[in-house]
Amino acid sequence: MDAQQTLRTEVEQLVRVHGRTRTALMPILQDLNRAHSYISEDAMLAVSDALNVPRAEVYGVATFYSYFSVKPRGTYVIRICRTISCAKQGEYHPAIAALFDELEIGMGETTSDGMFTIEQTNCIGMCDQGPAMMVNEIPHIKLTEASVRSILNEYRHAALAAKKAQ
Amino acid sequence: MDSELITVTIDGKEVKVIPGTTVLEAARTAGIHIPTLCHHDDLCSEALYQQTASTPHQGEHSHQHEESAMLSTPSSCRICLVEVEGLPRLHASCALPIHNAMTVRTTSTAIRHARRDILELMMSEHYGDCFACARNGTCELQKLCADYGVTSERFGRPHEPLFEKSAPGNIIVRDQNKCILCRRCVRMCALYQGVYALTTEGRGDHSRIATFMGKEMKDAACINCGQCINRCPTGALTERDDTESVWHAIEDPDKMVVIQTAPAPRAAIGEMFGCEPGTPLTFQMNTALRRVGFDKVFDTNFSADLTIMEEGSELISRLYKALVLKDNTAALPQFTSCSPGWIKFIEHFYPQYLPNLSSAKSPQQMMGAVLKTYFAEKNGWDPSKIVSVSLMPCTAKKFESARPEMDASGYRDVDYALTTRELGRMFKQAGIELPKLDKSPFDDPFGTPTGSGVIFGATGGVMEAALRTVLEIVTGEKIESLFDHADIKPVRGFDGVRMAEVTIGKVGPVPEILSHLVPDFEWLKGVTVRVGLAHGTVNAIRVMKDIEEGGPLSKCHFIEFMACPGGCLGGGGQPIPTDREIRAARAKAIYSEDATYVVRKSHENEDVLRIYREFFKEGPCSHKSHELLHTHYKERV
Repeated sequence: MDAQQTLRTEVEQLVRVHGRTRTALMPILQDLNRAHSYISEDAMLAVSDALNVPRAEVYGVATFYSYFSVKPRGTYVIRICRTISCAKQGEYHPAIAALFDELEIGMGETTSDGMFTIEQTNCIGMCDQGPAMMVNEIPHIKLTEASVRSILNEYRHAALAAKKAQ
Repeated sequence: MDSELITVTIDGKEVKVIPGTTVLEAARTAGIHIPTLCHHDDLCSEALYQQTASTPHQGEHSHQHEESAMLSTPSSCRICLVEVEGLPRLHASCALPIHNAMTVRTTSTAIRHARRDILELMMSEHYGDCFACARNGTCELQKLCADYGVTSERFGRPHEPLFEKSAPGNIIVRDQNKCILCRRCVRMCALYQGVYALTTEGRGDHSRIATFMGKEMKDAACINCGQCINRCPTGALTERDDTESVWHAIEDPDKMVVIQTAPAPRAAIGEMFGCEPGTPLTFQMNTALRRVGFDKVFDTNFSADLTIMEEGSELISRLYKALVLKDNTAALPQFTSCSPGWIKFIEHFYPQYLPNLSSAKSPQQMMGAVLKTYFAEKNGWDPSKIVSVSLMPCTAKKFESARPEMDASGYRDVDYALTTRELGRMFKQAGIELPKLDKSPFDDPFGTPTGSGVIFGATGGVMEAALRTVLEIVTGEKIESLFDHADIKPVRGFDGVRMAEVTIGKVGPVPEILSHLVPDFEWLKGVTVRVGLAHGTVNAIRVMKDIEEGGPLSKCHFIEFMACPGGCLGGGGQPIPTDREIRAARAKAIYSEDATYVVRKSHENEDVLRIYREFFKEGPCSHKSHELLHTHYKERV
């Protein structure tokens, strides 16, 4: 089965869960985004065909939400909170600097091994516990230089373990 | 009834409206003008309701787009702000439904200042100079800036482009530096055309109008109909400008530059010269074209008649195969193939129905093919030196003329397809005041003016011309015995989907010109010929759905499809602005022109009969006509 066919099968499975209606568009895109870290052109075409929603509309929805991406991202998307109380901790807080230093990438970039992407986010509700960031859907709080490095290592180990399990 | 109406007072004037009417609509009824940039008369609820009106299924049309969020005006431009007594702040009148009696002011210092602020904010993101814009003089934003006295750049102007222009090769050219995000293009493409090539990408100040994956228009599933261009308030959407290439050819002493003119531009080009919509300038245009430097001026009506001969004969032979020979390869209903927007639409979205398309080329392409063969031979012209130009109401004709398969004669059928707007500009550049010119006829050998060709410009026209010819040939009787003055009224009108039927009572002998196709017409005796019509490709979707479900349209024998609302007269290459009234006026001009002509049936056009005698020899749908006048289609993603 080629990649496109695999995606179509995956979308059909999601349609079985969420239904073949226009309102299923969001949950299906969420599941795809979660599974692949982004929603590819082929995935959007598969969703468009499955739900009979025009492809441009699928694209419009996928680009509207910042937690969706239509471009490839790392397995782990790190979102640094930039809202005022986190930002007040210092834009160049040593913990955040450690993140860029450890991954050797800039804002909006992805590591060459495809594991991490760094983005910014608005408030994630951890205002009293900043600086804070999210890795995929897990928040990490009261970041320090050391905790950032150990969090990154945990994800590296998790990825390695997942790879071995396959 | 009266008790259900609500009274609103707008600028001191009382209007009674049904609940839910917007303040903007109420003001229009009262004859009070409120400026708009995102609202368009073609995209208000009433127009949307009417454009999917249909004859065969009265009453079911309102469900068409029920799910679509695009139905309502996006209220994105905020220009239509008004004051409502008792409500704080200003309100966008397009998004303010009337449920209780209210008092509205549409003009005040606060409103004027707010509108000017909005315009100045728009200009703060607007890169490009008016004098270097294709819409200079017809731009709605420019006009409002003038009306509201925008003289300063209070919020600044971008000094560098914020977006790249479309790459070369696009027929629909976009310049997002001019885009004000009104979404008329997105809604037009979705609600009238059902194409959904455009969407809003991103959110908030990152919003922009884009195709799927931000592709260039030429790489998107776009049918080049140009309806987005006709609704764009600014210069963000235009067609590729081919006028320089045509001027260049005219200046070249080695080239013979000929032009064919389609029926729809004649009924509209006057609008660019201050005439009322529906002022026909057919013969003044001939004079102007000669003055501009075209060597010959031909009438596309000739090849429209040729199309009817080919397409009508194809229909007769398909019917014969299906009804008599029980040959199931003869796909019915047969679909018309003159509208290049519709062709690309079916290639993208309904490729399984490509066998239903008539293989006949469109009149533009037939004329091109005939000019570089029959005409060149007859006049001793070297076809390699002929530059074949067409005047079309259409942006998709540019795509059609560039199709690689359109060169069976060894030369491109048509070298340049100009829109009405482009030719209007050429006239202006040449200092020609079109309405003031004397009339002059078309050039021979295609000079016979025929009504059957003219009506191709309106929805239902191809069908009417085809019926006039097919019924007369089959019954051997004058069509006037069935329809007064040969006006086939049941196929006329502006309903989105229409159906009509005619029962064939008696049949006549097979004329010689068709004798190679069928032995007799006895098998048609008592047969009820059913025809369908659709204009605006969203209505084509409704027809296709009905066919798939085995509904009444699946029982039709022949269906006319026009990509643009109103048919060619509402084409994407026609003068801007457009609305239902303007299109109705153009239709009136087309039908009254038809009524004045002596020859109103394709098979009575002496020029057409002559070309079959002298050139195609074996009649319609024969070997030679197939080679030059027919084509094929392909599936597109």
